[in-house]
Amino acid sequence: MSPWVRIRPALFILALLGIWHFAVVSQQNRILPTPWETVTGIIELMQRGLLIKYIVASLFRVTWGFVGAALLAIPLGLAVGWFRRTEMAFNPLIQILRPISPLAWIPISILWFGVGDVAAIYLIFLASFLPLMMTGINAVGGIPQVYINAGRNFGLSGARLVIRVLYPAVVPQLIIGLRITLGIAWLVVVAAEMIAVNSGLGFLIVDARNAGNRYDLVVAGMVMIGMIGLMLDTLMRSLEKSRALRWGYSED
Amino acid sequence: MTLSQPGKWEKYFWPVLTAGIFLVFWHYAVIASKSNVFPGPWKVLGGAQELMRKGVLIGYIRDSLSRVGVGYGLAMLLGVPFGLTLGWYPAASQVVNPVIQMMRPISPLAWIPVAIVLFGVGNTSAVFLIFLASFFPIVVASMNGVRNVPSMYRRAGRNFGLSPGKLLAKVVFPAALPQIIVGLRIALGIAWLVVVAAEMLAVDSGLGYLVIDARNSGNRYDLVIAAMIMIGVIGLALDLIFRRLEQIKSIRWGFRLEA
Amino acid sequence: MTEEKVKTPAAKAVKTKLRATGINKTFKRDGTETSVLENVELEVAQGEFLCLLGPSGCGKSTLLNICAGFLSPTTGTVTIDGEPVTGPDPRRIFVFQERGVFPWLTVEGNIAFGLAKLSKAEQAERIAHYIKMVGLQGFEKAYPQELSGGMKQRLEVARALAVNPDMLFLDEPFGALDSITRLIMRGELLRIWEAERKTIIFVTHDIEEAVQLADRVVVMSARPATIQTIVEIDIEHPRDISSPRYLELRDGIFNEIGLAHKI
Ligand SMILES: Nc1ncnc2c1ncn2[C@@H]1O[C@H](COP(=O)(O)OP(=O)(O)OP(=O)(O)O)[C@@H](O)[C@H]1O
Ligand SMILES: [Mg+2]
Repeated sequence: MSPWVRIRPALFILALLGIWHFAVVSQQNRILPTPWETVTGIIELMQRGLLIKYIVASLFRVTWGFVGAALLAIPLGLAVGWFRRTEMAFNPLIQILRPISPLAWIPISILWFGVGDVAAIYLIFLASFLPLMMTGINAVGGIPQVYINAGRNFGLSGARLVIRVLYPAVVPQLIIGLRITLGIAWLVVVAAEMIAVNSGLGFLIVDARNAGNRYDLVVAGMVMIGMIGLMLDTLMRSLEKSRALRWGYSED
Repeated sequence: MTLSQPGKWEKYFWPVLTAGIFLVFWHYAVIASKSNVFPGPWKVLGGAQELMRKGVLIGYIRDSLSRVGVGYGLAMLLGVPFGLTLGWYPAASQVVNPVIQMMRPISPLAWIPVAIVLFGVGNTSAVFLIFLASFFPIVVASMNGVRNVPSMYRRAGRNFGLSPGKLLAKVVFPAALPQIIVGLRIALGIAWLVVVAAEMLAVDSGLGYLVIDARNSGNRYDLVIAAMIMIGVIGLALDLIFRRLEQIKSIRWGFRLEA
Repeated sequence: MTEEKVKTPAAKAVKTKLRATGINKTFKRDGTETSVLENVELEVAQGEFLCLLGPSGCGKSTLLNICAGFLSPTTGTVTIDGEPVTGPDPRRIFVFQERGVFPWLTVEGNIAFGLAKLSKAEQAERIAHYIKMVGLQGFEKAYPQELSGGMKQRLEVARALAVNPDMLFLDEPFGALDSITRLIMRGELLRIWEAERKTIIFVTHDIEEAVQLADRVVVMSARPATIQTIVEIDIEHPRDISSPRYLELRDGIFNEIGLAHKI
């Protein structure tokens, strides 16, 4: 790659920042912050020791909700997907629950878990559960029959068929599903933190606006959410690159 | 493993059985927990009937659907051409992609304050949120659709002497279409998912508004759940309609591998 | 060696390995039933090399899958060594037309797949032996994705042979190979077969290939497939593919299928 090719994206981002800056400055009554004010907002948060605290708080909630969902939903999905009839039985229910926004669950989470951390984690758990279960179902459903036949031909059945054929065959798909769902879980953190918790990046956005229209902090929170989301995604993608798993992500 | 092939009747039997078990479980779980806030299935049904009688349900559904229709329609009109362009010019996608990837993890909710500043409180802001939420997935799907067209097809097209414009129209677009349509379906799901968030924005109608309002004004959890079920059923219906599209013969070639 | 020695695999003394009786198979699709196999009767002798020959889509793979126990016939039974076939068995390995090598295992890993019971040293020895046989030296650590279509086919044949089965079901195993590699692989397969006398059912739609390899060629008709005729190839190996008898048998099959061998 020539250096020009490499800096092109950076130049584009700079251009966007420039547009943002002048669009804001040209307004009569400025409410939205310029990029620079956003940066000073982030610095201010850092100095007050809030930035790290909020990031950790958000990551903490996402981790609990997401990991909990993964531990339950994936095995359940794999089991349901293995049998045509259980898949038939569960599919319509999943399809009806799926379009319901995690936000719509807020009243119920509060009713069940009260206002606070547990309700927020539960919301993230809910948002991750169905996508992960679908991942599990589709992963087993997608195993080419010829692999199962070949495995059985070599005398495998039961647990050994699972360990030596089914498991390696589904892992790449599961990892893709985990990556996409982690994205969703992170997306939902804002909604979850609207439930009267008092920390986290989602809380920051809601709070900065309500308490004094500090739009520089609102946008600072958005930028942090975007950057951390991107980092999580990159991290998960690097898993997909490992050589032993790469076969599942061939040029398609 | 080699269970018999499920019969036709089982397609309906098993889901109905699960739904039945689920409803019975729900019913008795509510009774057992002695909750007087959380409703059982009958109370929810009653709530839905009440909404029907008052004539608000149809209106709310129509308002939610029209918000999604406008926001999603705009996202489609702008997103597909934009995504196709990005896919066609690799340099453009290399430049724009990092920005898209950074915008994607930001929840539509986080945009609410910004939407309010830009469009004020009300319908336009709600539509804007829905637009934003569906725009990026559409762009990414269209871009990847074009990028993933096997180079064999492009070469074959060029081999037959097609000009770049013809190549795009006759080879690349049809080849990318299945993937684009899958992307459009997923984006429609997201748009519908976001309707609740959008309708928290001080509009006073819609199913999302109903969820929030029914709780805030008097803990009417039967209405909350009735609204949730309506959202789920309509979401499923939208998805099914879209899948119908994927069945059309001339574009179906790309879906053989899909379950 | 006497010139006129003719092998007769169907001689009375030879034990029957596989017997298929009254095989019918219908598939249901979109509500309509299509009959793929009709009343197929087949007997394969111990140590015999049998070719199934027929037009594309006639039901060769279907019949082979039934014999191997991956599909059950709508009516009829298959017995091997006198026992009814109820499912696949590691003593009989199937080489799949749709390429059954595991993409998550390396070349070595694939060949070792059926060797779990052997010691590490024995495994390594077998792997090395079969990698050499199919000419995949230097690719031991490669994943199937990094192999060509023909290399994958050779790998799958090697994986099958490595477990030393007493019966092989080969579904167009050399379909994706170039003509030179095909010839070499045919030679290798014959060599193994002559040395170890495995019973082999080999599906192909290449008439030359069938006549070069088989003791008997089973010619199937188009769908619904029945056995049209069975041609005995009474030529000693190694076969001279320009001998009059070879040409006679080959052209006989061409005629049988309704093709005059002229272009
Ligand atoms: N699972 C199935 N469901 C419905 N029809 C099937 C199924 N499997 C095979 N068939 C049909 O049975 C017929 C025979 O298929 P088969 O794969 O046995 O053909 P073949 O002789 O091996 O062809 P080829 O030489 O092209 O591999 C085909 O017409 C096919 O459409
Ligand atoms: Mg076949």
